[in-house]
Amino acid sequence: MLDTASKKFVLYHFWVAFAAFGLASVLGFYQVLERSGLLPLIESSRVYFASVSTHGVLMAFVLTTFFIMGFGYATACNALRMPLWNPRLAWVGFWLAVAGTLLAAVPLLSGKASVLYTFYPPIQAHTLFYIGATLLVVGSWVWCFIMIRMYLDWKKQHPGATVPLPMYATTANAILWLWASLGVALEVLFQLIPWALGWVDTVDPGLARTLFSWTLHPIVYFWLIPAYIALYSRVPQAAGGRLFSDELARVAFVMLLVLSLPIGFHHLYMDPEQGSGFKLAHAVGTFLVALPTLLTGFTVTASLEMAGRTRGGVGLMGWIGALPWRNPVVLAALLSLLMLIAGGFGGIVNASYAMNTMVHNTAWVPGHFHLIFAGTTVILYMAIAYDLWPGLTGRQLHSTSAPLLQLWTWFIGIIVLTSPWHVLGLLGQPRRISSVTYNSLLTLAWTPYELAMIVGGAIMLASALLFLHILAKSQKKGVMAPASTLDQTDSAESGAPVHSLLNGFKVWNLVILVLMLANYGYPILQFFLTRTYGSVAFGY
Amino acid sequence: MHIHTLERNWLWVAGSVVALLLGTIVYTAIAHNIHPPGQMETIDSASLHLGGEFAEDQLGVRVGADGQIRVTLVAARYGFFPRNIELPSGTPITFRIASADVLHGIHAPMTNLGTMIVPGYVSTVTTLFPKPGEYPLLCNEYCGLGHDHMWSKLTVVDPQNWHPDR
Repeated sequence: MLDTASKKFVLYHFWVAFAAFGLASVLGFYQVLERSGLLPLIESSRVYFASVSTHGVLMAFVLTTFFIMGFGYATACNALRMPLWNPRLAWVGFWLAVAGTLLAAVPLLSGKASVLYTFYPPIQAHTLFYIGATLLVVGSWVWCFIMIRMYLDWKKQHPGATVPLPMYATTANAILWLWASLGVALEVLFQLIPWALGWVDTVDPGLARTLFSWTLHPIVYFWLIPAYIALYSRVPQAAGGRLFSDELARVAFVMLLVLSLPIGFHHLYMDPEQGSGFKLAHAVGTFLVALPTLLTGFTVTASLEMAGRTRGGVGLMGWIGALPWRNPVVLAALLSLLMLIAGGFGGIVNASYAMNTMVHNTAWVPGHFHLIFAGTTVILYMAIAYDLWPGLTGRQLHSTSAPLLQLWTWFIGIIVLTSPWHVLGLLGQPRRISSVTYNSLLTLAWTPYELAMIVGGAIMLASALLFLHILAKSQKKGVMAPASTLDQTDSAESGAPVHSLLNGFKVWNLVILVLMLANYGYPILQFFLTRTYGSVAFGY
Repeated sequence: MHIHTLERNWLWVAGSVVALLLGTIVYTAIAHNIHPPGQMETIDSASLHLGGEFAEDQLGVRVGADGQIRVTLVAARYGFFPRNIELPSGTPITFRIASADVLHGIHAPMTNLGTMIVPGYVSTVTTLFPKPGEYPLLCNEYCGLGHDHMWSKLTVVDPQNWHPDR
């Protein structure tokens, strides 16, 4: 139940998200071009690392946070059939996040914050960068509180009723993000900002990395959950079927919430400041968090198969061809699942403890996360935008074929970009270099893949621009949508009763607390029990 | 809970796959002692040059009284010092590395030598190089605008042709 004002509010979020996405896509293409060394004219490590830092922040923090907030508000209002709670506070959250983004953009774009989106002390960025990032997170906390408040209000008004699945998952994501962002918040508020302002002289990079790892894994699920919400709550209907199992979907979301938090040390496998025992404990958790994704793959595929068979598909594989491939939501889901299978395989390699040595910080890693994030996740963000656009703008998409072309080119671009990166990683190329200067025969093997990634980057940039064009043109010039299609977004079937554990979060928050204490308690405490040596600030 | 038979079967499959992978990792970790680098050991990165294990005259390759080969390196913008080292193939070698400034990472492609190097901490890693050859030692963590240029050279030779400096 989105009223006109809330629709406008959601559109504001989406446009900030997609504007950031457009700019970051241009930077991404510049980076593959610069990195290849083909055009000596644009070679510059100064510009390159400013660009990489901006690309990372825009894609990982700005696109995601604004998209998730906008989609969350829309999902809450539609699924619960409630008006937005406290719109004024919600706008405050939005403007805080915008202000943070703009504050961080100034040092980023002027090369005063080339510390990458992972911060990397003891290299120090301009203070505004840290303050801007903090405001962005604080803005997103406002969203979290509104989501949880709407969920609690609905439960109070409907005692004993089952919370609609999309809202259950959205609330899980809000809780996940509150837990997850605490790690980076501690790092920025107690280490980086006092240090950047000169209140303290040194910072302990070991503690900083440990705190950042707390955030670094669950943040990925913060990005992914909206995509999973679309897979569970929009894709089956769009394909002409229904969700195979509502209960297992809830199990999957609860597992994502609980298991994605205490496992961040798979980012620190190769680090000296943490011991093998805790690393192994986090490795076990990392493998367990594959279970909800395997579950999702099954449930979504089963739902699609039922739809395909309803549409007349027969035989072992016939239902696949019978699916409505020309529906953007269904197409994006199918392509997304394909990329998830490939990316999940790579992820298992990364997660494999000692085997991580082979691929750590090589080009394999950006290959992996572009496949999973830009591929699996963002292609569903795009599909969600196409799906919601008529309802939000009151106008139909200006073309039925352009979104299909856009989604296919995005998929092809991702494959052409990330396959060479995986190979380059296995051939030992480090990630995050702006040029290849090593006087080694090994680098000769890298050249063909460097060229292939330019092609992939070009296809992705074209696809990204087409995406923005479709949204802008549809909003301006699309045919007025018939009223009946405007509010079709609520797929909520709050019918069948479920176990109270799958309808609330109290117990799960306690479980998270215990797991976090077990897996992060001592590893953080150790920095205060041992004599550690801080590091003064370095420029770059 | 209502779980469909197909779902139940799938859960068994998924659970078994995860159990198999995890079992392999935990088994090799415990039975064969295969771990990534990791033991917390602190050091004052600002005073490496003032003496001790990481002072300039102590760096490089040396053979301990027990016959164990040890390589002590300092990672600093923009190289691993000393810049050239020579090691025998097929022999376990322990690397001890500290940073004199910011974060670095070391990786010799096609080998198992790799670790992060975090200021304030000593990275220790033991590995062996099966094949003789020339390997670049690459910095694989962003460490500043000269990061692309941070690399050193490792030459692995047949043990018969290897003569320790000291």
